[in-house]
Amino acid sequence: METLLALLFGLLLAAACYLLLARSLPRVIIGLLLLGNAANLAIIAAGRVAGTAPPLVERGAQALAAGASNPLPQALVLTAIVISFALTAFVMVLAWATWRSEATLDPEALRRAEPAALPSTDKQEAAEAEARP
Amino acid sequence: MVALIAIPLLTLACVPLVAWAVRRRPWTAPWLAVLPAALFLLVLTLPDGAAFRLAWIPSLGVELSFRLDGLSRLFALLITGIGAGVFLYAASYLSGHALLHRFLATLTLFMAAMLGAVLADDLVLLFVFWELTSLASFLLIGFDAHRSEARSAAQQGLMVTVAGGLAMLAGVLLLGRAAGSFSISEILAQGGGLADHPLAPWIVVLIAAGCFAKSAQWPLHFWLPNAMAAPTPVSAYLHSATMVKLGVYLLARLNPPFQDMALWQGLLVGAGAATMLAGAVLALRERDLKRKLAWSTVVALGTLVTLIGIEDPLAATAAVVFLLVHALYKASLFLIAGIVDKKAGTRDAMQLRGLRRLMPLTTAAALLAGLSMAGAPGFIGSLAKDLLFTVHVGLPGLLPSVALVVNAAMVVVAGVVATRPFLGAPMETEKAVQDPSMAMLAAPLVLGALGLLLGMAPQLVDHTIIEPAAAAILGRPTGISLGEKQGGALVLAMSLGALALGALVFLGWQRLQPVLAGQRWLDAYGPDAGYGRGMRALAAGAVALTRRVQGGSLRRYLAASLVLVFGGAGLLLAARGGLALPAPGLWATPAQLALAAVIAAGALAACRIRALFGQVMAAGLVGFGVGILFLTLGAADLAFTQFTVEILAIVLLVAVLARLPFHALDARRPGERRRDAALALGVGAVGTAILLAVLSVPFEPAIQDWMGQAAVPEAKGRNVVNVVIVDFRALDTLGEIAVLLIAALSAAVLLRRAGKPA
Repeated sequence: METLLALLFGLLLAAACYLLLARSLPRVIIGLLLLGNAANLAIIAAGRVAGTAPPLVERGAQALAAGASNPLPQALVLTAIVISFALTAFVMVLAWATWRSEATLDPEALRRAEPAALPSTDKQEAAEAEARP
Repeated sequence: MVALIAIPLLTLACVPLVAWAVRRRPWTAPWLAVLPAALFLLVLTLPDGAAFRLAWIPSLGVELSFRLDGLSRLFALLITGIGAGVFLYAASYLSGHALLHRFLATLTLFMAAMLGAVLADDLVLLFVFWELTSLASFLLIGFDAHRSEARSAAQQGLMVTVAGGLAMLAGVLLLGRAAGSFSISEILAQGGGLADHPLAPWIVVLIAAGCFAKSAQWPLHFWLPNAMAAPTPVSAYLHSATMVKLGVYLLARLNPPFQDMALWQGLLVGAGAATMLAGAVLALRERDLKRKLAWSTVVALGTLVTLIGIEDPLAATAAVVFLLVHALYKASLFLIAGIVDKKAGTRDAMQLRGLRRLMPLTTAAALLAGLSMAGAPGFIGSLAKDLLFTVHVGLPGLLPSVALVVNAAMVVVAGVVATRPFLGAPMETEKAVQDPSMAMLAAPLVLGALGLLLGMAPQLVDHTIIEPAAAAILGRPTGISLGEKQGGALVLAMSLGALALGALVFLGWQRLQPVLAGQRWLDAYGPDAGYGRGMRALAAGAVALTRRVQGGSLRRYLAASLVLVFGGAGLLLAARGGLALPAPGLWATPAQLALAAVIAAGALAACRIRALFGQVMAAGLVGFGVGILFLTLGAADLAFTQFTVEILAIVLLVAVLARLPFHALDARRPGERRRDAALALGVGAVGTAILLAVLSVPFEPAIQDWMGQAAVPEAKGRNVVNVVIVDFRALDTLGEIAVLLIAALSAAVLLRRAGKPA
C-alpha cells in the first residue's frame, strides 16, 4: 500500500512540476492544486498504513483499538488541505489581478521587476576611462 | 606605559571633536597643529622599549598591545612632526573650503591610524590600523568628489591597497600560526628559526604582496601617481612621507627573522630594483610637478625595499637615513608644488619659469629641499647617497649601475621641480604671484632647513634616532656611526658621477621629455591600463553572469531550483546508498488500485488537455480521487474536508477562469515541453525514491500510541483526529486559521485594487 502511495506521490509531483513550468498562469494554478494533493499523500504514507479503521475510540473503551489508522498524519493533512486551499484561492485572485494589470498570462512576459535587457555599464566605464588624461 | 595606548586612541577620539570645532569655529583650524606637535614631543620623551598590553580577544590570542622601539619611534616622529606642518599648511591651503572640517577630521583619523599601525605590537591590531589608513587614504584622495578623476583614483588606490591588505591578512594569520603568537616582540624574540618553518615561503610571499601594494612597488606602483588627484597636503603627508612607507615599515619590522631567506632577499631586491627603474623612467617622462614627485616617491620606495632586502648592517643604516632624508625633502617639495600651483595657477614644469623674484622664500625652501634630494655635499641627502652607493658597490650584477642611473634621474627630478620653476625669465600669470603666508611656508622651510642642519651635524640623530631604528631592522646593533666617512674613492666617484650625469640630463630635459612622453606604449601596456582593462572586464563579466543566472525568466528560476534541489538530493541519496524499498505491509485492495488508476489518469489529463475547463475537470478528478482514497484508508474527516475544499476550489477556479481569456493556451514550444516533461519526470522519480527511502525506515509508533491512549482520559474526545486538531496541536490550528484569514484579506485587497480601472 505504502509503495502504491509513493508511486502516486511521484506521479502527482511530476504532473505538478510539468504544469508549474507552463507558460500559462491557469495551468500553474492547477499545478499548485496537484502539488498540494501530492504532499498530502506523502504525509499519509509517512504515517504508514497499519490499519484502515477510522481512528475513533469505541464507546466504553479508554484507548484506540489496534487496527485503527494513524490519527496524527490525518490531523496534519487536515490542516494542510485548508492551507493549500487558502493558497490556491489567493493565487487565483493574484492571477486575475495580473491579467488586469499586465494583460498577459504568460509568466515569461512578466518582466516588470527584471527587464529582459539590463542596462549595460561597461560602455559608460569605457567612456570614463577615455576621459581620463 | 598608558601614554602609549593613549597616543592612537585619544587621537582617534579627537576626530569628531575636530570636525565639530572646525565647522563651528573655522579659526581653530590652524591651531589643530598643536595636537601632532604635542604628540611629537611626547614620542620624543618616551623611553625605548616602553610597552602596553591589554587583553582584547583572548580566545584568538589577539591583544591590544603597543610597543615603542627605535623603528616605531622614527616613524611616529615623522608622522607627528610632518603632521604638525601639514595641518598648519592645510588650514591655509583649504581655508574657506566648505568641507574643511571634514578634511581635517579625516586627516586626524589618518594620523591616529598611522600612529596605531607603527606602535602596535600585535599583528592583528597592526592590520586593523593598516586598513584604517587605506580607508582614510580613500576618503582623502576622493576629497574633491565632484571630479570623476578623483573618484576613480580613490577607488583605484583602495582596490590595490585593500587587495594587498587581504593577502597580508592571510600572511599575518599564517605567521601567527607558525610562531604561535601574534605578538610582534614575541615573534622577533624567536629569531631566525621561523625561516625554516614549512609555511615560511607562503608567509613571506603574502606579507610582501601586502607591503608592495601599500608601498607602490612595481607592478602595483600605478595607483600612487593617480592618487595625486588628492589635495596637495594629502599628497605630501600620506602619499610621500608616511602612509606609503607603511609597507616599508612592516618589511623592516619583520626583517630580522626572514633576512637570511633567499626568497625574502630575492623578492625585496627584485621588486625594489624594478620599482626604482620603472619609477625613474616615468619620473623623467612627466611634466606635472605633483605626478613627477609621485614617480620619484615610487623610486624612493623601491630604494628602501631594496635596502631592506640586502642583509648588511650598512644597508639597514642606509635605509633608515634615506627614509628620514626622503620624508624631509619630499614632503617639503610637495608642499612647495602646492604653493606654486596655487599661486601661479599651473603645475606644468614646462610652463613654470622665473618665479624666484616673485616668491623668494618659496624659492629658498625649494632650493634647500632640492639640494638635499640631489645629494649636494653638506646636506643630509649626500650622506644618504654615500651610504647607498657604499652598500651597492659591493653588490653583484647590474645593481650598482642601477643605483647610479636612478640617482642621476633623481638629480634631474630635483632640478626640474626645485629649480626650473624659479629660474629664467618671469612667466606670464593671470594674477600677481607672491610668497604665501608663513603658515604655508613654515613646514617647507623648516623641513628643508632640517635637511641642511642634519647634514652638517648628523651626530644630533645618529645614536638617538638612526642607530636604534637600524638595529630594529637588523635585529642586532649595527655598530655604525654616521660620523665616520663611509666608502672609498669608488663611492666618491659614483656620487660625483650621479651628480654630473644628472646635471647633464637636466640641461637637456626640455628636449628629452617630449621624446619620452611620446612613448605611448608605456601607457597602453602599463599596469595602469591593465587595471582599467581588468576592472572593465570585471564589470562586463558581472553583467554577463547576472544576465545568465538572473535573466528574469521565472520558468528558468523554477527549473534551476528544481534541478538543484532534486538533482542534488537524488545524487546524495544514490551516493550514500539511501535507495531502499519498504517492507511489504498491507496489500492494496482492488478498489484502491482502481482509484489510483483514476488519479493517475486525472493527472495525465491535466497535463495533456489543452482546453482550460477540461483541465479543471481533470484536476477535480484528481482531488476527488484522493478524497475517496482517504476514505478507504480510514480517514473519514480528511475525505469530507477534501470534498468540501475541492468543490470550493473548482467553483472559484471556474469563476476566475470565466474572467480570463479562454485562448490563453500554454505558449511552450514542443521542444520546451519535452524538456519540461523530462525534468518533471526526473523530479517525480527522485521524489518517489525519497519517499520510499523514508518508508523503509522502521516506524516508531510512540506518538501514535500515546495519542490513542490519551484522547479519552485527557481530552475527553473519542474522535482522535478531532482531539489532535483542537487540543493536542491546537496551536497549529490557530496558525492555520490565521493563514486562512490573511489569504482572504489579501485576496479581498487585490480584488478591490484590480477591480478599479487603471
